[in-house]
Amino acid sequence: MRNTRLFSLIRKEFIQIVRDPRTLYITFAIPVIQLFLLGYTATTDVRNVPLAVFDQNRSPASRQLLDAYRAADYFNLTFDLDSEDELSTLIDSGEARAGLIIPPDYSEKLLAGEKASVVFVLDGSDPNVAATSLAAAELIGQNHSTSILVERLEQRGLTDAFEPAVEVHSHVWYNPDMESAFFMVPAMIGMILQLLTSMLTATAIVRERERGTIEQLIVTPIRSWELILGKIIPYVALALFDMIEVLLVGTLWFGVPIRGSLGLLLALSGLFLLGSLGIGLVISTFAKTQQEATMLTYFTMLPTVFLSGFMFPLAAMPAILQGISYFIPLRYYLIIIRSILLKGVGAELITTEIIALAIYATVMMGIAALRFRKRLD
Amino acid sequence: MIRVNDLRRSFGDLRAVDGLSLSIQKGEIYALVGPDGAGKTTTLRLLCGALQPDSGHIHLAGIDLQRQTEQARALIGYLPQRFSLYAELTVLENLRFFAEVRGLPAEEWHPRSSEILDFVGLGEFADRRAGLLSGGMKQKLGLAAALVHHPKILLLDEPTGGVDPVTRQNFWQLIIRLLRQDVAVLISTPYMDEASRCHRVGFLQYGRLLIEGAPSEIVSRLEGRVLELVGTPRRLLKQIASDDPQVQNAHSFGDRLHLRIAAGSAETVMRRLGSAIAAQAGSIERLRPVKPGLEDVFLDLLESAHAA
Ligand SMILES: Nc1ncnc2c1ncn2[C@@H]1O[C@H](COP(=O)(O)OP(=O)(O)O)[C@@H](O)[C@H]1O
Ligand SMILES: [Mg+2]
Repeated sequence: MRNTRLFSLIRKEFIQIVRDPRTLYITFAIPVIQLFLLGYTATTDVRNVPLAVFDQNRSPASRQLLDAYRAADYFNLTFDLDSEDELSTLIDSGEARAGLIIPPDYSEKLLAGEKASVVFVLDGSDPNVAATSLAAAELIGQNHSTSILVERLEQRGLTDAFEPAVEVHSHVWYNPDMESAFFMVPAMIGMILQLLTSMLTATAIVRERERGTIEQLIVTPIRSWELILGKIIPYVALALFDMIEVLLVGTLWFGVPIRGSLGLLLALSGLFLLGSLGIGLVISTFAKTQQEATMLTYFTMLPTVFLSGFMFPLAAMPAILQGISYFIPLRYYLIIIRSILLKGVGAELITTEIIALAIYATVMMGIAALRFRKRLD
Repeated sequence: MIRVNDLRRSFGDLRAVDGLSLSIQKGEIYALVGPDGAGKTTTLRLLCGALQPDSGHIHLAGIDLQRQTEQARALIGYLPQRFSLYAELTVLENLRFFAEVRGLPAEEWHPRSSEILDFVGLGEFADRRAGLLSGGMKQKLGLAAALVHHPKILLLDEPTGGVDPVTRQNFWQLIIRLLRQDVAVLISTPYMDEASRCHRVGFLQYGRLLIEGAPSEIVSRLEGRVLELVGTPRRLLKQIASDDPQVQNAHSFGDRLHLRIAAGSAETVMRRLGSAIAAQAGSIERLRPVKPGLEDVFLDLLESAHAA
């Protein structure tokens, strides 16, 4: 039998959504705006990093390496230096964000078939830039060495030495996640989904209280669970719609690949959304006004932003913060969405994360169901 | 239809409803009168189960509200003090929503909505957004939504608050028509003239009933003890009246003064006031015994409650 009450609640909610410009704006405009803002700050930071070069070798081999850096448009080879002192001055003043030191024996070592190393110096003040520059530098070094290696292999017919001949040495930290648009877009999807669903559900419920409509709902035979579902279903639909919107912009504009199964991604996103909706429901049982609900939602977003690995690499954090990060649902969702989109993995490789999200959704919904009462007090 | 027994509800230290008992029959309209903060809204919220009582019992048509909440609620039509419908929905959409969640079958909501909209006189506004209605029309829509499922018990919280006099009249006619359908109506109002139209009136103060009864019964308590005094200068008249040993109280109602006097002292007081006012060059337009109103009784009660 069809549940008329639930159906009526859902239809009512959709009419309200469609006729409320604020909700429409939050739902459809904000995610894309945020995606462009963050997508571009992430990509422009990585591109055109001013690089100072101290080439002590000045050989054809060293120039070849520099050409590779030049070609990759991550770096602008802005300064050509004659001493290490100059380099530290430039980095301290912020004119250069990174430096590359090529030792005098660079070409000799390469010719002798030994491992040649260059030193890459980083301005660590902006971890995002630092991480991406380093990753880019290493990538270029590796690509470059591979081509050298191939040349030599043809000459000498050797098969043993596939280790890179040019090694970029750096003693700053290592960030396995190369933060580029590829990594930002999936993260953005996670952020947006969580923020939007928890905020919209929380305010949608609090609005019933704030405007007094809850008083009329209370005397109807609607059950608490119907009231909860009547809020959840429309906002899950909106959030999934949003996700597809952001994903489309991500793939079509930023060129983010979808290597894994889209169906799996949508299903797991739904699981993640249930937890976020749960947060929204729980918030709605505390907040008295829509403004309070919005504030509380942002408050819950703070740990999410800092401790999910969205902005700042978890590996670089103190152990205690890393410990707390295990309680941040976005942490698991980020692994899931990055794995599915970028690596194309299936469910079997991310079972831990799936279980974590399922536990989290159950706990949140449980708390919400316990606290949610069809009453004024 | 409504039976309330020793109902209590506090908010922190504040006793909003403090040992209230009520009984209202079908076809009866009962007015809960009281100043702001007396506990009228809290009482009505307790009666529809929106708030939990600290103690006491509520039976609606014999059904225990605490035990069989939803069955009892199904009998109730509730018009909250604040507008409580969806501003973004049209008049008809609002009615449809409340009809459906109240369990009206799909083929019934539309004829019922038209019927009820015509009943409250909103027929031509069916497609207007509720948020765009005037205050009086919002109240009528609220009433329509409260009536959509043929309730047997109507709880109306200040239904004519902020509504123009013509619409107020209108509203009362609607309510009186409902009574013919054997509905029990509990209405809260700050207006004495509205209260005096009801079958019974209960005067609420600090969550307690100070007095209860038919309006005629209530006013008979002060029969022959109220004088009306009109004249100039008003302040002087009030001063002289208050100083009279047999005038217990003088209250202004618009341009009139109502004097409450000791029983059987009307003649003496009128003569004495007449000469005292003339002696101080005041002029009297009218000085005569009048039928007491509910206000007179309530002011009397409030004062004795204060004195005690
Ligand atoms: N939810 C609440 N929390 C705290 N105090 C309340 C609440 N609702 C009502 N009150 C207090 O209870 C008293 C009675 O209020 P109410 O029932 O609204 O009176 P009325 O409707 O007669 O004006 C008032 O003093 C009011 O401030
Ligand atoms: Mg009130």
